[in-house]
Amino acid sequence: MTPPNLHIYVLAAPLLTAFAVNLLGRVSRAWIGPLVLGALSFSTVGALLTLQRVLQNGGYSYTVGNWQPPFGIELVVDPLSALMLLLISVVALLASCSALKSVAGELPGREHLFFTLYLILIAGLLGLVLTGDAFNLYVLLEITSITTYGLIAMGKGRASLASFNYIIMGSIGACFYLLGVGYLYILTGTLNMADIARILPGLTAPAAIATAFAFLLVGLWIKMAFFPLHLWLPNAYSLAPTGAGVMIAPLMTKVTIYLMIRVMFSIFSPDYVFVTHAGVQAAIVWAASLAILCCSALALAQRNLRRMLTYILLAEVGYMVGGVWLANGLGMTGAVLHIVNDALMTLCLFLAAAAIIYRTGSLDFDHLHGLYRRMPLTMAAFTVGAFSLIGVPPTCGFFSKWYLILGAVQAGHWEFVAALLVSSLINAVLFFRIIEIAYFKPAPETSAAAPPRSEEAPALLLTPLLLTAVALVAIGLGTGPLVENVIRLALPPGFAP
Amino acid sequence: MSYQSSMLPLAAIGISLLAAFPILLSHRKPNLRESWTLLAAVGKFCLVAAMLPTVLAGGGFVLTLAEVVPGVPIQLRVDAMGMFFALVASFLWICTSVYSIGYMRTLKENDQTRYFASFAVAIAATIGVAFAANLLTLYLFYEMLSLATYPLVTHEQNAEARVSGRKYLTFILGASIGLVLPAMVITYSLTGTLDFTVGGILAGKASPATLALLLVLFLFGFAKAAIMPVHGWLPAAMVAPTPVSAFLHGVAVVKVGVFSILRVIFGIFGPDLLRDLNLGMVITTLASVTILAASLVALTQDNLKRRLAYSTIGQLSYMVLGAGMLTAAGMTGGLLHIAMHAFGKITLFFCAGAIYVASHKKYISEMDGLGRRMPVTYGAFLLGSLSIIGMPPLGGFISKWHLLLGAIEAHQMVLVLVLLTSSLLNAAYFLPIVYRGFFAGPQEAGTGLRIKEAPLFCLIPLTVTALASVGLFFYPDVLLQLVRQTLAGG
Repeated sequence: MTPPNLHIYVLAAPLLTAFAVNLLGRVSRAWIGPLVLGALSFSTVGALLTLQRVLQNGGYSYTVGNWQPPFGIELVVDPLSALMLLLISVVALLASCSALKSVAGELPGREHLFFTLYLILIAGLLGLVLTGDAFNLYVLLEITSITTYGLIAMGKGRASLASFNYIIMGSIGACFYLLGVGYLYILTGTLNMADIARILPGLTAPAAIATAFAFLLVGLWIKMAFFPLHLWLPNAYSLAPTGAGVMIAPLMTKVTIYLMIRVMFSIFSPDYVFVTHAGVQAAIVWAASLAILCCSALALAQRNLRRMLTYILLAEVGYMVGGVWLANGLGMTGAVLHIVNDALMTLCLFLAAAAIIYRTGSLDFDHLHGLYRRMPLTMAAFTVGAFSLIGVPPTCGFFSKWYLILGAVQAGHWEFVAALLVSSLINAVLFFRIIEIAYFKPAPETSAAAPPRSEEAPALLLTPLLLTAVALVAIGLGTGPLVENVIRLALPPGFAP
Repeated sequence: MSYQSSMLPLAAIGISLLAAFPILLSHRKPNLRESWTLLAAVGKFCLVAAMLPTVLAGGGFVLTLAEVVPGVPIQLRVDAMGMFFALVASFLWICTSVYSIGYMRTLKENDQTRYFASFAVAIAATIGVAFAANLLTLYLFYEMLSLATYPLVTHEQNAEARVSGRKYLTFILGASIGLVLPAMVITYSLTGTLDFTVGGILAGKASPATLALLLVLFLFGFAKAAIMPVHGWLPAAMVAPTPVSAFLHGVAVVKVGVFSILRVIFGIFGPDLLRDLNLGMVITTLASVTILAASLVALTQDNLKRRLAYSTIGQLSYMVLGAGMLTAAGMTGGLLHIAMHAFGKITLFFCAGAIYVASHKKYISEMDGLGRRMPVTYGAFLLGSLSIIGMPPLGGFISKWHLLLGAIEAHQMVLVLVLLTSSLLNAAYFLPIVYRGFFAGPQEAGTGLRIKEAPLFCLIPLTVTALASVGLFFYPDVLLQLVRQTLAGG
């Protein structure tokens, strides 16, 4: 029998371990690995059990310290948040294996600091998906942001400048969000999401409600780097220490998309979001299409693997925002499925990048020569990730794209269909350009006399990478059950296809 | 038509996919590695052949692999049409495997392990296309084939291969993502299914304009069928080693394109719907233009493989043309030509490779008098050419006969004219090669003539396929039976 507050343990494990890592890590580096992996494994198992329970018995809520809402903080566990819990803990676990290796190389002597922030960040992300309180969400959003600023600033070179840019943009975003919450509090007198949702429909202050909604939305868009509010992201993510980028890139934007979904449907209602402001809905899908096209085009201009990946990541944000705003079940299914898939695809490619940089020291295109011969397994996994982003079946990227296109066709948003297809084609160009470099150009210092030495990445980097690559195909083939048994339940009522 | 659930179709696909692993692992032992290839090839043919009696008896096999989208599982189904294609492809893979060994070893090609492994994946994808039960499954294997053949096309890894590889992907991947994927999604959103159904699934679901648009998207989207103007990748792909050109660009890849188009015509649109909307015209016009233009371009090519490539482009459109006639005889001819052309063209490519292995000559203008030194190769070349021209007693005659019959049935004398003109052009670009080989060039003194053929590993497969072309004229029964079942709705 599992305890009823299982999800609290999922959240508490990384949070408490963060302090242990800080203390014991000072004593000996040897403590860090077992502590981090142990805590995240614990979270993963807990998240799995939580998801299983939610799927069996339906969602439930939990009040921290038994302070009843609207005064206490309510945690809500429903299929969507349980799915996100599992996704975050799995990605964090896999990413941390790689981070342990690369941080030891890049930040010698500061590992305990790095992993303290790292674990608090993960705890913050887990908290974000659990919370049922609009102000608590703000606090957690700042916890994740501040730890992220710190992690990014630990990078080399211009990383601190990139982090500073991010601080400014991130703070503006947070202010916007907070203003939105303030409006809602004035209007409703409560911060609990469910309470707000109950009170809002009875109010007659359309302009104030709309303002609050707009502030919340724009605040989150800045945080998720939705084009054209994206300028802070490419530098921040590509200059961060490798170990930080591997975890932040897959999770941050995806969790913020989740928050957008929460704000749209848990605080406001589908009716309000899509019907009251029908023109806005169409405009946002157009904006998302534009975001996809522009970010894909910008990706073409990059000459560094990790920078290119960050622009692809931005384009994918457009996929999900557009998918949610298509306002039909298929688009929404596609968006939620893409949260899962894109987190794993991004993880796969960033893990591959981490393995490559560990061996070659650089991710500039000119340093990728001959990689297929030098690191065959890494490149095989990279290729799977690339195919998934291009959208080749049976990798999972194809199926979320399938739902998104289907939703767009059904909604008659042909510009979104076109944007998705063009972006797939551009992804094909982007990745085959790299594949060409790695496949055709001979490795630099191979002398004919010495047989080509295997330069495969060490097991700690390679194992999570290969697991992720396998997961991309497995999830692709399991799309049917995943949509049927999990994602359908996670959609707002009335939207399940 | 009753389908029984069975693992056989999966085994037939999977055997070569799994063989890729031992092939990769035994890269230090070439003989062992090639044994795996041959084992998988023979095994695959046996597995396909084992399903033949059931299919001929009107049965079939089905296997659902995964539920991915509501109403569209990843599903394999063996019916007459799939069996027809799988039989031809798996038989010719055996010949190609033997030939590859001779070709690659004689030329001491690099990276043979990668070559054989990619080949194994490519043939698995080909059979997957043949056995796909719905459009999504077909698309899955279609893309798998595109990607598995990329390392084969670019095998030489030089600048030319790089450019060709880029062209290859641009056409094939660009068309499939840019055209087939949206067409498929629209079809699904109109009908809620993508199953290949006798009589089609689109009837009455959309306006004629939408249907015409979908048809065009499919025709050009399956760029492997090389209907002009999406044919440019095929001549470029000739940079690959000859066995790749022979099997993939004579049989597997290009026929997968045609097969996909025919599946869409038969199973998604349905001939009746196309006839009602008069859309057959769209198909036949595009195909006719391609046939004539490609044949004319072929005349101008001096590089033997490029001439064969343009010939292939023209011949592929024969098959599309036959289906587009929408008459029983025309569709019979179109389907049959998949097999007949496969045997003829693979023979010609094998010969081109054998000539290259034995003499390192690529250009037709250098080949004067070569036939006297390579009588077997040139004899096979003659048979292959005659089959493609459509002369009895060779297999090509049967398919062309049906095509002509179909054109007459459809009362389209223009098409008859196109077919006859093209036959003349085929003769005009093939027969001079044979003539130059045997009769042109300086005559050596009777005793000074040295026979210098390619190694037996090359020679035996090309003899087998050439003789098979003859055999198919006399014994086309099994193939004809499968075609009849396909058209009867099996």
